Amino acid sequence: MTRPRRTPWPLGTLAFVGALFLVLPLFGLLLRAPWSDLPEILVRPEVRDALVLSLVCASAATVISLVLGVPLAWVLARSAVPGLRLVRSLVTLPLVLPPVVGGVALLLVLGRRGLVGQYLDLWFGITIPFTTAAVVLAETFVAMPFLVIAVEGAFRSADQGYDEAAATLGASRLTVFRRVTLPLIRPALVAGSVLCWARALGEFGATITFAGNLQGVTRTMPLAVYGAMETDPDAALAMSLVLLLVSVVVLFALRGRWVGQGGVS
Amino acid sequence: MTVSRTDREAGLRFTGRVRRGDFELDLSLEVARGEVLGVLGPNGSGKSTLLQAIAGLQPLVSGSVRVGDHTWQDDEVLVPPERRRAGVVFQDYRLFPHLDVRDNVAFAARSRGVRRAASRVLAQEWLERLGLAHLVARRPSQLSGGQAQRVTLARALASGPEVLLLDEPMAALDAGARIDVRSFLREHLAAFAGPVVLVTHDPLEAMVLADRLLVVEDGHLVQQGTPAEVARRPASSYVARLVGLNLWPGSLEGSAVALDGGGVMAVATDVTSGPVLVSLRPSAITVHTERPEHTSTRNVWAGTIASMEVLADRVRLQVDAAPSALVDVTPAAVAELGLDTDVEVWLSAKATETEVYLDVRHNHRSTS
Repeated sequence: MTRPRRTPWPLGTLAFVGALFLVLPLFGLLLRAPWSDLPEILVRPEVRDALVLSLVCASAATVISLVLGVPLAWVLARSAVPGLRLVRSLVTLPLVLPPVVGGVALLLVLGRRGLVGQYLDLWFGITIPFTTAAVVLAETFVAMPFLVIAVEGAFRSADQGYDEAAATLGASRLTVFRRVTLPLIRPALVAGSVLCWARALGEFGATITFAGNLQGVTRTMPLAVYGAMETDPDAALAMSLVLLLVSVVVLFALRGRWVGQGGVS
Repeated sequence: MTVSRTDREAGLRFTGRVRRGDFELDLSLEVARGEVLGVLGPNGSGKSTLLQAIAGLQPLVSGSVRVGDHTWQDDEVLVPPERRRAGVVFQDYRLFPHLDVRDNVAFAARSRGVRRAASRVLAQEWLERLGLAHLVARRPSQLSGGQAQRVTLARALASGPEVLLLDEPMAALDAGARIDVRSFLREHLAAFAGPVVLVTHDPLEAMVLADRLLVVEDGHLVQQGTPAEVARRPASSYVARLVGLNLWPGSLEGSAVALDGGGVMAVATDVTSGPVLVSLRPSAITVHTERPEHTSTRNVWAGTIASMEVLADRVRLQVDAAPSALVDVTPAAVAELGLDTDVEVWLSAKATETEVYLDVRHNHRSTS
């Protein structure tokens, strides 16, 4: 039997401080939370509005990310279009870009005077900024790359022998994609969607820049938490608690069985 | 059974070159309807590439693929794999892991727009016909290798193929399953009306299942003929090794062959002269510890035992000599003669035991 080797004390000490730093604030949140008033706070109109808006927008952003991101991931993984490496770098840039910058960029393109926005306004009378649609777009911009990365990796590592077998059985390329490739990468699809949804739910910087902070229209939970810290700390704590709970559920979901043994590859 | 020209026309005709990295396959073949062509060759000889080219999974550099009246590929036509109707049985099964056996077999019908219920009825029929109905509800992960390969054949047949292509169907199976699957294939390949191409590196599989054999080495045709012809007169050392024969190239002068690797072999043949191959069964060679005296045997030569291997009921000696030879003796003979590695022995073989035939690949060999 081998005994685990002793951890050198400098590493152990620093590791302990690091873990404490990450965990202590969460405990603080749990300790100071207004537990007795919680039911009352969560049904207040402004809190409920933020909660509902957050869930709706994050879900809508995830759906858009699936519809556009999965084909994008497939093209990045499987096709031989020149310049694909550059495209991959560009579309995953929002992963590292400060979200505020994303918000400014969206405003410049889709704003009323923006590159595209001015024509939307001129021809169709559509104005996007400072609407619920703007929230969804901001969240999609920030969250979709998480889905694309997860799914692209799965497309890349999925055994293409199954695709060949399906082709010899008379399946067109689109049928192969629908009936074989997608089901095969389902674990990555679920994991990518959950990551994407969680990222969209927590979105702050791009949303406040591009969509503003209007109750019931664009004020999602993170915005509401930030605003309430000044005026109603108990409400801020209550909403933070909800977001923490969602994060814990997401974490367990990502490790849970229904995401599959492989998880994100 | 002889196959007439018109029957051949209705079957599969392939001629062409396929490139895969540095490797190039250059081959022509015809398979009649109802005929099973075995393609035998060592690993990396291009056998699987051939099947991929026929199925449309690997592009031809030049050439054509025709089945019956249909052209699947030539200079102007390129039919994609999904419209070729080539049923493929893959070595690694490739059953869809997210579908049960029934839906795997129903897959081809579903892909052609048949409704789910109807496609499942079709699948059920095929599974019953092949005696696999008890597996319908299983997932591929719940099948043994032998069961999986049978389901793969059912799936290929259910797609209504014009050609059936089998890529080393038993290579991934253990010995027991191999026997079962072999007789299963034998039965159901015979029932298939179209041309069948079976790729393998197992000579037994080829002998049992194929009507005709094609031996491919390094992307080129080495030999073709019935399994019996190929087994009796192997054209290359690869085939000779597979069927367990000694094979020596040489040149015939009168009734003796000067072997390329050294030594002379007296033969009985009606071939008169030129480059020939001499084959000799290991059991047709006799081992002596001293030079045999007063013998009518014309081939007598000396050598050293390099290795010994116990086969089922005999011992196979590898003897270094001119020519070097595989020799089969009984275990009793090993004991009586005190045979062991590094022991010097005399070998003898009757001229009438040798098989002599023209070496058609002589030119190819001397240029490569």
